[in-house]
Amino acid sequence: MPNVEQIVQSLGLVVVAAPLLLTVILGISSLVGRPLSEEKTTLLGHGTIVCGLLASIAILGIMLVVGKRHIPIPLGDWVVIPHHYHFSIKIVFDRLSVPFVILSYVLSGTIGAFASQYVHREPGFNRFFSLYSIFVLGMVVTALAGTIETLFTGWELVGLSSTLLVAFYQERPAPPRNALWIWAVYRVSDAALLLAAVVMHHMRGEGDFDRLLGSGIWPDEVSKLEPRQAMFVGALLLIAVAGKSALVPFSGWLPRAMEGPTPSSAVFYGALSVHLGAFLLLRISPLLALSPGISTAVIVIGLLTAVVAHLAGSVQTDIKTALSFASLVQVGIIVTEIGLGWHYIALIHLLGHACLRTLQFVRAPTLLQDYRRLEDALGERLPRGRAGIEQYRTWLYRWSLERGYLDAFLSEYFVAPFVRVFRWCDRMERRWTDFLSRGPSRDSDRPAGQSGGIDDLT
Amino acid sequence: MNLLQLPWIELAILFAMVGSAIVARLRDPNHAYQWGLAFMGASFISTLWAWQAYYLGIPAEDLARFSLQPGLFGRRLFALDELSAPLVPSVALLHFLTALATARTKMRRYSFSWSLAAEAIRLATFSCEEPWVLVGLLASLTVPPYVELVNRGCPTRVYTLHMALFVALLVAGWAIVDTAPGVSSVRAQVGVILLMAAILVRCGTIPVHCWITDWFEHASFGIAILYVVPLSGVYAAVRLVLPIAPDWVLRTIALISLATAVYAAGMATVQRDARRFYAYLFLSHASLVLVGLEMRTALSLTASLCLWFSVILSLGGFGLALRALESRFGRMSLVKYQGLYGHSPTLAVCFMLTGLASVGFPATVGFISTELLVDSAAEVSALVCVAVVAAAAINGIAVVRAYLLLFTGAKHVSSVSLEISPRERFAVLTLAALILGGGIFPQPGVTSRYLAAEQALSRRESSRDVRAGDPQTDEVEHKQ
Repeated sequence: MPNVEQIVQSLGLVVVAAPLLLTVILGISSLVGRPLSEEKTTLLGHGTIVCGLLASIAILGIMLVVGKRHIPIPLGDWVVIPHHYHFSIKIVFDRLSVPFVILSYVLSGTIGAFASQYVHREPGFNRFFSLYSIFVLGMVVTALAGTIETLFTGWELVGLSSTLLVAFYQERPAPPRNALWIWAVYRVSDAALLLAAVVMHHMRGEGDFDRLLGSGIWPDEVSKLEPRQAMFVGALLLIAVAGKSALVPFSGWLPRAMEGPTPSSAVFYGALSVHLGAFLLLRISPLLALSPGISTAVIVIGLLTAVVAHLAGSVQTDIKTALSFASLVQVGIIVTEIGLGWHYIALIHLLGHACLRTLQFVRAPTLLQDYRRLEDALGERLPRGRAGIEQYRTWLYRWSLERGYLDAFLSEYFVAPFVRVFRWCDRMERRWTDFLSRGPSRDSDRPAGQSGGIDDLT
Repeated sequence: MNLLQLPWIELAILFAMVGSAIVARLRDPNHAYQWGLAFMGASFISTLWAWQAYYLGIPAEDLARFSLQPGLFGRRLFALDELSAPLVPSVALLHFLTALATARTKMRRYSFSWSLAAEAIRLATFSCEEPWVLVGLLASLTVPPYVELVNRGCPTRVYTLHMALFVALLVAGWAIVDTAPGVSSVRAQVGVILLMAAILVRCGTIPVHCWITDWFEHASFGIAILYVVPLSGVYAAVRLVLPIAPDWVLRTIALISLATAVYAAGMATVQRDARRFYAYLFLSHASLVLVGLEMRTALSLTASLCLWFSVILSLGGFGLALRALESRFGRMSLVKYQGLYGHSPTLAVCFMLTGLASVGFPATVGFISTELLVDSAAEVSALVCVAVVAAAAINGIAVVRAYLLLFTGAKHVSSVSLEISPRERFAVLTLAALILGGGIFPQPGVTSRYLAAEQALSRRESSRDVRAGDPQTDEVEHKQ
């Protein structure tokens, strides 16, 4: 008769293996040029998501029955170099990861079912579900990560799949252009997370959260790091969080992400992906408790994000962009709650907001039809909304319409100088090779081209 | 007699040499392709046997029994050790797959004969430890590319100037080191500095990197990949410089390489031509390998050797994917969106997979290398760590930018099928399988590279011990 530990371990493996299986099957079939039919893809997607969800719910039930609130499942050492390096894989079921993983499964499953109709007979059906499977895998791995390296792995998977889904409608230049911007922001975020992971690894000799954040049960862990160390790591993690959750000054990528198909906008940018930063902040909350400076920074950034997103959202004219800013307002508030130390409120806020926003996003394409039905049912016009901020100040209106000039700021002060410097270097190199060759040295020189390069970001 | 006791490494070199001579006599490109492929395949299988024999621990005496080398040279010059054992088959595999994936339209331009000749020299180089022989092989490796440029009627000055400098520095450097009274003498240190300069030229570190972009501009893409991707310069660094170089020399190489890694990553991001983009991406990675190599810790050296292996697989595969695109659409521009996904989805996936593997994406062979490199960099200095992470991040942006520009953003109209051919699919999928396999099960590879790193460090230690007993050591250190 297996004991509770063994049952939880088996179920835990199912939770992770389900999306992994989906990714492997869809990935291999695509790579060998024999993609599955729509029916098989849908069936496989539904089957694996339901398996994962049921296993997660079963784990929740077991935890409630046996009264355990923290069940780590070590999956073994992935890479070990004796006395030098240790990379272990571990998943953790606790008060934070279980609700988040169930949320991921519920919303992913809902959107999977919705998307199987939404992208039905589209040429990118298989591509959508391949990326969707990577996204779900990334979310599950991130949610359950028991080590910072495991979390980083999931984090990267989520970033890549999100980016490629933004470029889903790939016959127009706008989606890939926006996808590149988002990817650039994600890379900054990833770099900060990787640095934080390395620093934490060095402080404790391994990346296990239990050792880094203290051995208590979330959210009551007490970190043994010194405040100075906590401040340094916290600052790096805050950059990672800001990039992933579109906090100020990176907020500009969220409306750009609406180029993707509605199901991906709903589940990724409205519900799950955008909350990943808040999830990370909740996971490292013991570090925040150690450093008042970082906590203050979290509160300020959260509030700023909420204000900017509210103002920008007030003047948007398309529903998906308006919803994305509405989503961002709530993310800003959730981040503020985390900074204030209200962890449970933040978690509940996050779960509720993700569900509500998913519903709003999937209804967005039929909003006008919904209005018409409502008006038909009421027998009169729906009341018009209050006037926006345009009635107050022209400059404020313009500022909001330009989304706080955040993208312009990043573009002008970071991207443009970067491109200018390297383009100058490129010109110098051309001169040098022309000099050495005693003539034109580049076959690749072409007339000035059309749009589409890195210049589009400037 | 055990089959593994045969001198497989010599056979591999021999197959390539004989193949080169036979294929050179063939005038029909199809015949040249078939024979060339057969010889490269035979060479690759031989290297696999050699690798197997090494890991199964076949004693050197047994291997020497059937070897021609003692008769020819008096001793075995070409043999595998912990460092070269996996590198030699991977180099042979890269040659084989590059030849296999050559499109019919390009067979006339791709010289199978010279490719086989270069493979023979390269395999000999990677299985050689003898300094003077290695110097000679490295010098002779510069000849096939020159012939390629001349045959194509392309300008050779940039290449010739840089490679002449490389050979001169290498020969002069080793001659001075070899004739110096002790490895710590002033003379020997001058020799090491010349060797360091030679390595920097060959690896394309700034400011002597322009020959690599120029080489990619003019050479056929397949030959260009084969010449640079195996990282012969890094091999020279491990064999010739690492064992004897003083710490400050290694630090200098590491600093210059670090600057190159970041610079090349930035340059890759702004390129308007796919070949130049690839050249800079390669430069950045080659420099990262050197950074790890010169940090002198077991972890950094392991990371560097893992990254080296990852570069061969991932940038090799990435190059083949790009080459397959070129064979269909001509020289690829990164100025406007091309929208080629619809025509070649498998190629697009392989392009993305190999590109991401090169920048250390999770579940690929590059991931653990990057993790180890960043971790070891953090031990040395925070600044080095930040620079390595920055280079990896910028390279990631460059790769995805290239993907988006080549495969999305427009609708490419063509009346003929541009789908990947079965041979190309086999080539890129083989590399993809190795990339994913090495990424998901990295421990065997890491263990092997760690042992190689330990071996390299112990050689360095023994060389330091010799230096410690050298009467001139105190004098030199006092002067420094």
